[in-house]
Amino acid sequence: MATATARPPSAAACPGCVATPTEPARPIPEDVQLALSLPTIHCQACISKVERALNAVPGVQSARVNLTLKRAMIQAEPEMRADALIPVLKAEGFEAHELDAGALSVTGSDKAGRELLMRLAVAGFASMNVMLLSVSVWSGATDATRDMFHWISAAIALPAIAFAGKPFFESAWSALRVRRLNMDVPIVLAIVLALVTSLWETALSGEHAYFDAALTLVFFLLAGRYLDHRTRAIARSAAQELSALEVPRALRIEDGVEHEVAVADLRVGDLIRVRPGGRMPVDGEIVEGQSELDRSLLTGETVPVYAEPGTSVSAGEVNLTGPLTIRASAVGSDTSLHQMADLVAVAESGRSRYTSLADSAAKLYAPGVHILSALSFVGWYLYSGDLRSALNIAAAVLIITCPCALGLAVPAVTTAASGRLFRKGMLIKHSTALERLAEIDTVVFDKTGTLTQGTPELTNLDGIPHEIASIAVGLAGASSHPLSRAVTQAAEAAGIKPAEVSDVTEVPGFGTQGMLNGQTVRFGRAAWVGAEQGVHTAAWLSVDGADPVEFQFNDALRPGAEEAVSSLIASGKQVILMSGDTTGAVQALAERLGIADWLAEALPQDKAARIAEMTEKGQRVLMVGDGLNDTAALTAAHVSISPATALDAARVASDIVLLGTDLSPIAEACDVAKKATRRIRENFRIATVYNVIAVPLAVAGLATPLIAALAMSTSSITVSLNALRLR
Amino acid sequence: MEVISFLIPISLFLGAVGLIAFVYTVRSNQYDDPEGDARRILNDEWDDKPKP
Repeated sequence: MATATARPPSAAACPGCVATPTEPARPIPEDVQLALSLPTIHCQACISKVERALNAVPGVQSARVNLTLKRAMIQAEPEMRADALIPVLKAEGFEAHELDAGALSVTGSDKAGRELLMRLAVAGFASMNVMLLSVSVWSGATDATRDMFHWISAAIALPAIAFAGKPFFESAWSALRVRRLNMDVPIVLAIVLALVTSLWETALSGEHAYFDAALTLVFFLLAGRYLDHRTRAIARSAAQELSALEVPRALRIEDGVEHEVAVADLRVGDLIRVRPGGRMPVDGEIVEGQSELDRSLLTGETVPVYAEPGTSVSAGEVNLTGPLTIRASAVGSDTSLHQMADLVAVAESGRSRYTSLADSAAKLYAPGVHILSALSFVGWYLYSGDLRSALNIAAAVLIITCPCALGLAVPAVTTAASGRLFRKGMLIKHSTALERLAEIDTVVFDKTGTLTQGTPELTNLDGIPHEIASIAVGLAGASSHPLSRAVTQAAEAAGIKPAEVSDVTEVPGFGTQGMLNGQTVRFGRAAWVGAEQGVHTAAWLSVDGADPVEFQFNDALRPGAEEAVSSLIASGKQVILMSGDTTGAVQALAERLGIADWLAEALPQDKAARIAEMTEKGQRVLMVGDGLNDTAALTAAHVSISPATALDAARVASDIVLLGTDLSPIAEACDVAKKATRRIRENFRIATVYNVIAVPLAVAGLATPLIAALAMSTSSITVSLNALRLR
Repeated sequence: MEVISFLIPISLFLGAVGLIAFVYTVRSNQYDDPEGDARRILNDEWDDKPKP
């Protein structure tokens, strides 16, 4: 597994590592084969119980629990399967899910984060030392002592900045190479100019050296970078965990025997067994078996479709009742599931590139600073004719205006806001998602699986005679079909006992039948029991000779859907419902939730086109959807949200993932996003105020390293504290 | 003022020790599971002898 080996074996690229004792990093087991997600563990007792239980299983070499990630990594013999370990943990009382160790590999060792932390530590160490030396200079050291202190500062600052400032140098260089300015260009210019003039001053035993300012600048900016990186790393690891929960395996039939293989190993023409409840791994044609298919994630239809030999199936559909054998006709990237990706690519190219607040601030700021400092250099050079003092003043202007606070302004706020939303069950995946969320004025919802749970709910139980209902419950109990489960649930809630039905058998694709007092009873599709299919989703119960009785179903609303919709409407946003489901179903739901604007039987292209059209009219659209048919729309929208139950493709396409089942945080997220954006702007303003006060001093040649240090630290701290008000 | 010729190297050395110690903790994955490690120390399972 690539978990641990992603790190180069000898990471001696950094000076800090050369100084490290030669002891190698604690070896993370290189062949971690299994990863389990343990959502319920929370204490020391859980850790030892889980580890003891797992280590006791023969074949397990070692198991280690990570409580922070709520995960267990298990090193085991090659033939060990997670299915064998999950029951062991269940017996101990822990819920466990298998994670795809391959999909987790990137989170295993967060190399970039570690590197940033190392640079932050070096910058912190160096700036503290240099600051101490500078304090003694400010408090009156003179002559040879001052020169010595300056030389020592230089000896610390130069290597420390060369190492710690590398991200800024790289980013500034890559911007300059394409002839553009970003925030890092003035930063790098300030650092380099400060070092050069300070060295020059020191060599001439001058009074002012800015080594401490250059280092503190790097330290504060790295702190901002690190915060930013950590927020995104947390979101990424949680998003990866969601995808890792879907382990891509399939049952291939070879010579009449089922073998479990990875989906990536399937080939066209393979025979694949799909058990009830399983998802189609590939596109293909049914060769054996009868069942019903749930296509809701692909098309938005809630009513299951009948399937028999000859029916073609697409990857992503869920098999409901009977086992099916399919012959693969397209695998991997040729499947219809992947072809949807082309549609997403088209939508992506149409998405207007959003400029983040930080970038637009940098665009205003960078040229201004450069011009100001160049002007003060030219002015002082013409006035005094002294190159040295003119250069000194130019450096002071650059350092004082340097965007220390600007560099912290955005990451500090997004960290605070993302942390708050994460506790509410929202995962901010994209770095500018919050800023974009703050701008929206239109919200588009998908129906099936987003506003509704995608599971049916029995609606007319009150209108059905008690004895008929109890027969239905007796038959439904034997089936795992969603409609049957809905009947069982509704009956339990109403306290209806199942009738004693004997010889219950499930006829895949049709329904269940059994014997009651010598009569055949059937519960299933309209055509099978001899009834007329209406507009509703329905199942029918027939007792020999009598008229069939209709059981009507409705798609159950997701918790919080009503609150989310009504508070979005109340805050003045236009709410639209777009679904691939039938007109009747969509209209009923729209009326129930009070949504005036709805679109039914929409193809994926239609959804994306409608959103693109609204965007063109200047509307900012938030798309909330979960299905494969929504991915193009999710990408086309200004910002997008998908629930955790969504298909992987939809989650990847969206900026924000809802972790819980509840939809109500959406409205709150909009408020938090607005507040966060306001806070970011406030931070920019605070930073500007500090500049407005300090810059005239610098231009007038009155700035000293002490003033620079004070301005830099106070503005950075004010900005961070302002951001913390969001928590 | 001769004393600073000792004091400065000593303070730099102590600072460097701290930095190296920090680098060592980062490189040996000691920040991977802060919550779990905080709890593990309360475990009395291997109090008598170290885990083999």
